[in-house]
Amino acid sequence: MKEHIVRSYEEELALLDRKIAQMGGLAEEALGQAFDALEKRDPRLAEAVIESDKAIDRLQLEIEDQVVTIIARRQPLADDLRHVIAALRIVSDLERIGDLAKNTAKRALAISHEPYPRPLMSGLRSMVERALRQLKEVLDAYAERNSELALSVWREDEQIDAMYNSVFRELLTYMMEDPRNIGICTHLLFGAKNIERIGDHTTNIAEVVHYLVHGRAITDDRPKGDKTSSTLISRDRD
Amino acid sequence: MNEQVHTANLKTIAQSPLVARGIGNVKVRARNVNVFYGEKQALKNVSVDIPARAVTAFIGPSGCGKSTFLRCINRMNDTIPGARVSGEITIDNQDIYDPSLDVVQLRARVGMVFQKPNPFPKSIYENVAYGPRIHGLAQNRAELDEIVLSSLEKAGLLKEVKDRLHEPGTSLSGGQQQRLCIARAIAVSPEVILMDEPCSALDPIATAKIEELIDELRENYCIIIVTHSMQQAARVSQRTAFFHLGELIEEGDTDEIFTNPKDRRTQDYITGRFG
Repeated sequence: MKEHIVRSYEEELALLDRKIAQMGGLAEEALGQAFDALEKRDPRLAEAVIESDKAIDRLQLEIEDQVVTIIARRQPLADDLRHVIAALRIVSDLERIGDLAKNTAKRALAISHEPYPRPLMSGLRSMVERALRQLKEVLDAYAERNSELALSVWREDEQIDAMYNSVFRELLTYMMEDPRNIGICTHLLFGAKNIERIGDHTTNIAEVVHYLVHGRAITDDRPKGDKTSSTLISRDRD
Repeated sequence: MNEQVHTANLKTIAQSPLVARGIGNVKVRARNVNVFYGEKQALKNVSVDIPARAVTAFIGPSGCGKSTFLRCINRMNDTIPGARVSGEITIDNQDIYDPSLDVVQLRARVGMVFQKPNPFPKSIYENVAYGPRIHGLAQNRAELDEIVLSSLEKAGLLKEVKDRLHEPGTSLSGGQQQRLCIARAIAVSPEVILMDEPCSALDPIATAKIEELIDELRENYCIIIVTHSMQQAARVSQRTAFFHLGELIEEGDTDEIFTNPKDRRTQDYITGRFG
């Protein structure tokens, strides 16, 4: 694509993307570390994740300020307009992802001294790995303006939902087996829910990338796999 | 223009998407318009439909043909030596290049406002009264007064000038002069108003007043505005046409052109990437 005649405008838009990449990197790191803290019962790592969320929030404010300035000074149009609007929307999703990672880290802190059923972690681990891959891919899709990649991320969120369903059922089973598991399983359940929500925010970003590239929303119906809102214990017994 | 074309036109009008958008039927229709200044081709095969009750903005870099096309619509190019116009332009399905057409009458139907306000060196009243008088639109002084006052009112100027109607038009500020020129154009009850960069010599406040006026006028007139300000085109128009090197590259709803233009050249121009 041709560069803008005004070079400082070109630089401002490039800076916006560098900051989004940085913010995305921090969000990925926070998610990975929050899970490690949960799995390894590492309260110090959990604290670090909670602390690192501040940097994500700060970047959000910086990027939002920068977008407001660009709108005021440059009056962006067409793809530039979509670029700054996309940036605004993406940072708010990344900020939420940061919050959800932080919340997961807080739960890691809460249960760091509890004994826990070890096999549970494998389901959660696959969820996190998938969520991390999706997040990385959607950030790449944004950087490369690759709507195909964004669309594939968008479609694959269903996998995370399916994994969440199975973790949900598994946790219910542990809770029924031994009521002493209820406390820890509830924390893990919220942790899993956080990761499922991170998948949803990643999907939002994929939609934004599609809008950025094509100027319109994705029109297909997204496959949705999270059925836990209608799942009951009694039905599990059948 | 033969009868067959006529019928075809009427059919297209009935299905026009412009009607569906509530911006009226097609008022001005251009088909394959070419303009030459001597050997140089200034406009290449331009075809476009312009709605009756909306503002259409023509944008594009200098020398792209937008003003040339604007001037075709009231046959101002006739006055330029060596200019040749081919193709077809109709207003309400009437061919405006029909040799039997009275050009003076046409220019009463198609008013024009220029970049620099150009009031006559006469009083404010006379500036507005001139057109209706030469076109015989008023039977007596009372009717003429009525036309002058209502035109000034429609141009949003009456309040500011009602106590000084007999002072020279040139005593007004630039923005007021431009609104006086708009009042003068409105006075002969035109159907189409052409504006060639009407705000480029005005400050932002005067510009805002003209833009507000344009927005009010579009209820009753077909307005076509040439502007170099993307923001102005985006603010005042419902339809936008982008010209480049004498060609009409892209034309469509203003919302669409400024958020998601189809053509790369439109995109490059409006985002400041033209090199």
